[in-house]
Amino acid sequence: MNHRQKEQYLRDYSVLKNQGKPFWPYAVAKDGAMAIVVVAAIMLMSLILGAELGPKADGTTTTYVPRPEWYFFFLFELLRVIKPPYLVPLATIGIPTICMILLFLLPFYDRGPERRPERRPIATTAGVFTIVAMGYLTYLGAAAGSPNEIDMNVPASVKAQGVQAARQFEAGKQVVAQSGCLACHKIGENGNDGPGPHLTEIGDRLPRDAIAQTLVNPTAPMPSYAGLKESDPQRFENLTAFLSELKTQD
Amino acid sequence: MPKLKLPAPPIPPALKPTPRRPHEHQHTAADHAKEAGIGAIGWVDERLGASGFGRWLLFRKVPKGTNWFYTLGSATMFAFLNQAITGVFLAMYYDPNAINAYESVRYISNEAFLGEFVRGMHKWGSSVMVILIFLHMARTFFFGAYKYPRELNWVIGVALLILTMAMSFTGYLLPFDQRSYWATVVGVNINGTGPLVGPYLSDFLRGGPDFEAITLSRFYAIHMMMIPGAIAALIGAHLYLVTKHGTTAPPWYKAETDPELRTEKE
Ligand code: HEC
Ligand code: HEM
Repeated sequence: MNHRQKEQYLRDYSVLKNQGKPFWPYAVAKDGAMAIVVVAAIMLMSLILGAELGPKADGTTTTYVPRPEWYFFFLFELLRVIKPPYLVPLATIGIPTICMILLFLLPFYDRGPERRPERRPIATTAGVFTIVAMGYLTYLGAAAGSPNEIDMNVPASVKAQGVQAARQFEAGKQVVAQSGCLACHKIGENGNDGPGPHLTEIGDRLPRDAIAQTLVNPTAPMPSYAGLKESDPQRFENLTAFLSELKTQD
Repeated sequence: MPKLKLPAPPIPPALKPTPRRPHEHQHTAADHAKEAGIGAIGWVDERLGASGFGRWLLFRKVPKGTNWFYTLGSATMFAFLNQAITGVFLAMYYDPNAINAYESVRYISNEAFLGEFVRGMHKWGSSVMVILIFLHMARTFFFGAYKYPRELNWVIGVALLILTMAMSFTGYLLPFDQRSYWATVVGVNINGTGPLVGPYLSDFLRGGPDFEAITLSRFYAIHMMMIPGAIAALIGAHLYLVTKHGTTAPPWYKAETDPELRTEKE
């Protein structure tokens, strides 16, 4: 906006303002009505939906679902959409930071005098696109859930090693199923595709030691399972045994 | 004694009280009470000088066309007040250490008088506040309200948005159940992947390289002292600027050159 446009705006605005109504009591009445609606809605939600409290936090057990509050779903989903590991920092911090900077600076790069949304096609399109994208990601996050069962038979290669190995495979499968891994990984037909890589054939890619190493000292955002190793080494053994047996079947 | 002259609120003519005739005038108890009230307010105002501020705040005009979309900002503020008030009551029972936190929340939910109701209001109030702040932001965005001369108000608004999200993030850990614990572990890890400041940020949040008891106290202090103070101060600045510049008229309204031409309508 140049100097003339600014003066023009201030002049028009003061005319419109003078034609308006006083803040008290007109605007105050509307704001008050809205405030009552807001507080009533909050009270109703509290009465109907309550405030649940899950089991106590425990860094050593692993039966959990790593789910944020719903309005952070879109950030989490961004991780699923952007998969290659070297892009993960971009998805986790990069995109949100860039968006925040763009938002902060909005009035400094969009300085045209026009205010009607239908005459600001770029701004309006960008705004609508952002809302749709965030809504879609939130929906994906809400729909994804975190399965805690794995539907998979003991593969022939494990059966061949004897009953002991088959039993350990089953036990490890339980641990994985209950540990929320499927929130981020896909094993066969189970779980979510991302943000972590598929584990269907992890046994081909990593030896058992390396898998154990990953679980104790993972790359973010995967949480560390060092607590499980300390508190229940047997379960941890089952877990790594199961994962290392996930190989291409022929 | 200087008497304070309160400007009459502009109420519709039908509701205006009819002035009393001189001969009806008699000093009832109500009249004396009214005098005393005005006297007391006058006494305070003589020392505070706040009546000018009140006039400035309340008796300004809002432009023609102001509609319900303009209530979203104050609705956000009321949601914030709801969080502040219910939060104070929760803080009376909450115990911010890793050993007792969960038990104290369980106590609030199951035993304290109206405890679950207040906790529910705080929990759902956070969702409502986040929804309202996004709606308010969308309104100011699509109405072009961030343009001259309200640029700084938009900047303050973005800071408020970030602080509100930070409130949700730090508050989510406090019940210290499995869900909140593991979600926060993952969330802090995600912060850690950021370039340059990432690792420092996650170290700061955790209070060390590992997620331990001290993390909870840290989140509690951030959640109930650091951020709410900042939000309250910024809301004050935000509203000061809103009052100073006035709220925008909807962008479809054009100022007519000669207001006389439209006096017949309405
Ligand atoms: C919050 C999401 C998340 C959860 C929960 C999670 N992971 Fe991961 N995991 C990841 C991500 C992201 C990577 C990729 C890290 C990288 O690129 O280095 C990964 C990597 C791995 C790897 C290495 C894969 C490879 O190809 O190098 C293994 C093995 C693994 N996870 C196993 C598990 C197991 C077992 C569990 C459950 C006990 C689990 N993960 C839970 C996100 C998660
Ligand atoms: C705690 C959060 C917030 C509160 C309590 C708040 C409160 C208010 C109030 C009461 C108004 C008066 C007009 C109206 O209600 O629409 C207003 C105006 C405004 N707000 Fe906010 N707001 C908040 C967050 C934000 C955010 C996140 C943004 C944008 C990024 C923003 C940008 C603006 C702008 C540009 C105006 C001027 C609008 C106009 O003049 O038409 N605010 N705010």
